[in-house]
Amino acid sequence: MIAAHLPALQVVVPLMAAPLCVLLRRPALAWALTLAVSWVVLAIAVLLLLQVLETGPVTYPLGNWAAPWGIEYRVDMVGAFVLVIVAAIGAVVTPFARRSVEHEIPRDRIYLFYAMYLLCLTGLLGIAITGDAFNLFVFLEISSLSSYVLIGLGKERRALTAAYRYLIMGTLGATFYLIGVAMMYMMTGTLNMADLATLMPAVADTRTILVALAFLTVGISLKLALFPLHLWLPNAYTYAPSVVTAFLAATGTKVAVYVLIRIFFTIFGGVEVFRINLIGDVLMGLAILAMVSGSAVAIYQNNVKRMLAYSSVAQIGYMVLGVSFATVTGLTGGIVHLFNHALIKCALFMALGCVFLRIGSVNIGDMAGLGRRMPVTMASFVVSGLSLIGVPLTVGFVSKWYLIQAALEKGWWPIAVLVLFSSLLAVIYIWRVVEVAYFRPAPEGGPAPAEAPLSMLVPMWLLTGASVYFGIDATRTLEVAGGAAAFLLKGTP
Amino acid sequence: MTASSAFPPALVLILGGLLLPLLRGYARSIAILALPLLTVWLVWQLPDGVSLSARFLEYRLEVVKADALGRLFATIFAIMAFAGGLFALNQPRVAELAAASVYAGSAVGVALAGDLITLFVFWEIMAITSTLVVWSRGSENSYRASMRYLQVHLFGGVLLMAGIVAQVTDTGTIAFTAMTPSTPGTWLMLAGFLINAGAPPLSAWLPDAYPEASYSGTVFLSAFTTKAAVYVLLRGFPGAEILIYVGLYMMLYGIVYALLENDMRRILAYSIVNQVGFMVTGIGIGTEMALNGAAAHAFTHIIYKALLLMSAGSVLYMTGKRKCSDLGGLFQSMPLTTACGIIGALSISSFPLTSGFISKSMISQGAVDEQLAVAWFLLAAGTAGVFLHAGIKFPWFVFFQKDSGLRPPDPPLNMRLAMVLFSILCIGLGVWPQPLYALLPYPVEYAPYTVPHVVNMLQLLLFSGLAFFTMLPLMRRTLTITLDFDWFYRTLGKWVLDRAATLTGKALRRAETEARTWIGVLIGFVFRHHGPEGALARSVQAGSMVFWMIVLLGAYLVLYLV
Repeated sequence: MIAAHLPALQVVVPLMAAPLCVLLRRPALAWALTLAVSWVVLAIAVLLLLQVLETGPVTYPLGNWAAPWGIEYRVDMVGAFVLVIVAAIGAVVTPFARRSVEHEIPRDRIYLFYAMYLLCLTGLLGIAITGDAFNLFVFLEISSLSSYVLIGLGKERRALTAAYRYLIMGTLGATFYLIGVAMMYMMTGTLNMADLATLMPAVADTRTILVALAFLTVGISLKLALFPLHLWLPNAYTYAPSVVTAFLAATGTKVAVYVLIRIFFTIFGGVEVFRINLIGDVLMGLAILAMVSGSAVAIYQNNVKRMLAYSSVAQIGYMVLGVSFATVTGLTGGIVHLFNHALIKCALFMALGCVFLRIGSVNIGDMAGLGRRMPVTMASFVVSGLSLIGVPLTVGFVSKWYLIQAALEKGWWPIAVLVLFSSLLAVIYIWRVVEVAYFRPAPEGGPAPAEAPLSMLVPMWLLTGASVYFGIDATRTLEVAGGAAAFLLKGTP
Repeated sequence: MTASSAFPPALVLILGGLLLPLLRGYARSIAILALPLLTVWLVWQLPDGVSLSARFLEYRLEVVKADALGRLFATIFAIMAFAGGLFALNQPRVAELAAASVYAGSAVGVALAGDLITLFVFWEIMAITSTLVVWSRGSENSYRASMRYLQVHLFGGVLLMAGIVAQVTDTGTIAFTAMTPSTPGTWLMLAGFLINAGAPPLSAWLPDAYPEASYSGTVFLSAFTTKAAVYVLLRGFPGAEILIYVGLYMMLYGIVYALLENDMRRILAYSIVNQVGFMVTGIGIGTEMALNGAAAHAFTHIIYKALLLMSAGSVLYMTGKRKCSDLGGLFQSMPLTTACGIIGALSISSFPLTSGFISKSMISQGAVDEQLAVAWFLLAAGTAGVFLHAGIKFPWFVFFQKDSGLRPPDPPLNMRLAMVLFSILCIGLGVWPQPLYALLPYPVEYAPYTVPHVVNMLQLLLFSGLAFFTMLPLMRRTLTITLDFDWFYRTLGKWVLDRAATLTGKALRRAETEARTWIGVLIGFVFRHHGPEGALARSVQAGSMVFWMIVLLGAYLVLYLV
């Protein structure tokens, strides 16, 4: 009985828990509730994925209103995969959050933090599960609004400006998306994605639809921080509380990439759009610029959080590059990199959270000698860093392998070289941290920082371990990503 | 994920190396000596063919695959790890020993890798650990040199990786077999291999980095990276014609720079490039004789080059000096080191009855068989040149020449033992080449000791020796710095990059300003509200973003609607 309602529960459980958090008020209770909810959510997501793998797409008419009229939840392979990514990151970040949040957020606001965190989780899960274009906008706003608050909770006052700027840009992006959806509605009279997909071919060449596509692309490009619309991201990631950065870096932009995939491949039927409208070329150009310029800028950053934020811009470039190929290999690479990068970046930002907890700074100059003082944390940073570079036996290598193969399949040499070049740049910025942490003597005087608490180390190493495990045995992730890519490219919703 | 139960020999040295820092005193010494021996034993237990495979992505990795060629290289790598370890026993920096052990292990792994992905993994471990060996000397110079070294090798790794992916995409298999450089993928792989072999135009990494390692580190470095490259070229590109030219160039390059050099270990480093040039030429010739010669030469070269660097390392260890102009007359107090250095010098000059003679002559024979007259002449000239710079110049300026007044004793026992061991191997292989010939990948029907051949070689060597002493005043080195190709990327490249960065920065800024004013008329409304007039940084930023949004939207609209 419950199994049939899993799609609804996926979103309703965290949504209901958020106001409960506000009622509980006590930080410890709010945290415990969040923890329980995030694990339940993960269980549901995994069950849904298994169900999809077994029986194909799962649909759920909300409130029993039949599809084109009511809101429909629809879980297919891509959606289920993204659900698992978001839920898993949520489930791992929550135990990590307790100590970090106590340290970085005033006690009287902690319960609000968890409420917002749950809302953000709700929004992100909702985006991945809904089969309705307007409903997607609603969830997009839920996740965005709550993430503005989460970023604004940062310790420094600059967090407020960063959040404010993100608010303005995010709202613009969402508005663009909404305009696009409205134009599609104007032409087809429906908001259901499956329905849109069937009605789209008839009107695909009208100006309205083309303008709608332009608005949708730009709006979503902003949400996923695709170059040159990434300018909001570095500040937002830098000044947000450590936990928020870890969570958003691993989920926020990934879900936006998912939306992009959804629009292009489900609503617009993928290949056709790419062939006619040069869309692939533009996306590819921007993705390559993002890869190279993001990595290059990252090299010059002194704030390690900011450095990793720029690296995220570059990594988003990899994902969009995979999407822009519009081939099974490319899309597989893009989708599997969603997962891989979520693991890597979340672990890296968690390591910085541990560092911030102990030394109160994430500036590269202050990290001298940390390799000896916080060996467990820094070891995790190094392993995840290697994975970010794409060293064999880590997940980064798997993604890179597929992206390069996709480029070569099409015979696009320079792109394969650029992918590798950009990973060389990653060597440089990761090395800068390694050099300071391991090869510079720790500053004299002052108390030596201790290792981070176990409650933070365990989640961090869980992700680090996963990024090695799935690098060695990538069968399962590739099976899902490859299945999703094949499913999307069939052109049927 | 393993399909069979064989223990990969490479892992003995790699895991053992990682555990070395945990051991102390005698336990550490025993481990350093026992690990390579265990590796040799394991290598010889391997049956021909694949004995360990694993699944990765949709491929089947052949992690351990043995045949004659692989076994030959794995064996010499392990022997080298043993002798190098013996020589380095009193090296106080355990980091160097650990890195060297992992380095040797990954070289063994390369020699036994049956597929391209396994090869790449070990290849990259080799790059990183060799960097650590350079770096672990702990001086500012060695740190900088190790970073330059790492950059070159990572670049080589990128080329190799790109080549491998392209090759796999083309052929659908990851098997590492003989290829010809014809597709972009194979060209890229060849380039990646050649960078590790010290081929032009990036040869300079080798003499730049190796002499900056510690007295024992250089001994390890001389053996693995370039010879692993020789191995993969032997297996991957036998008979690729371009290798003849590359090899001949390397040979001459090494001689010219070695003659100009003053630092004793840099002389030997340049002569590595020169010697690898012989091997690469042999691979390019590609007949069974030449390939055998290249493999045998790699084997003997590892031994005598390590011996030479051990004697140079002993001098450095005992005197702390490395420049020819500061040394001299050491034969009086370091007789054993002098003797071993001379044996190494004779071997590298392929003097009859030394190991160099029985291996290098096979390569020349290969050139003769193929009627490659120019190559043969250049090889002969190269042999004379080697005698000049490594055969006479190194021992003469270090051990004889003027009396520098230094009277250091011979080095400690373990270092002497290591030198004696390799001296015995040099002479032994020179007198009884058959055991080595039996290990070569192809059957050998070659007798090095024929009268014409011996006489020919002796004539060559005697005349070049005569030339050396006639021109002695010209040979005497002063404190000079020779510019190499690396000037282009270390000085010129930096300047160009800086200029390019400034110029593109300016150009971008100008482009943005112009674009802003230009499009500003069209979108003046949006722009006025978010433009740079709002002196605050944030509004400039938000304005900048909105600007880009409008540009993108415009671009998309134009693209879609046109």
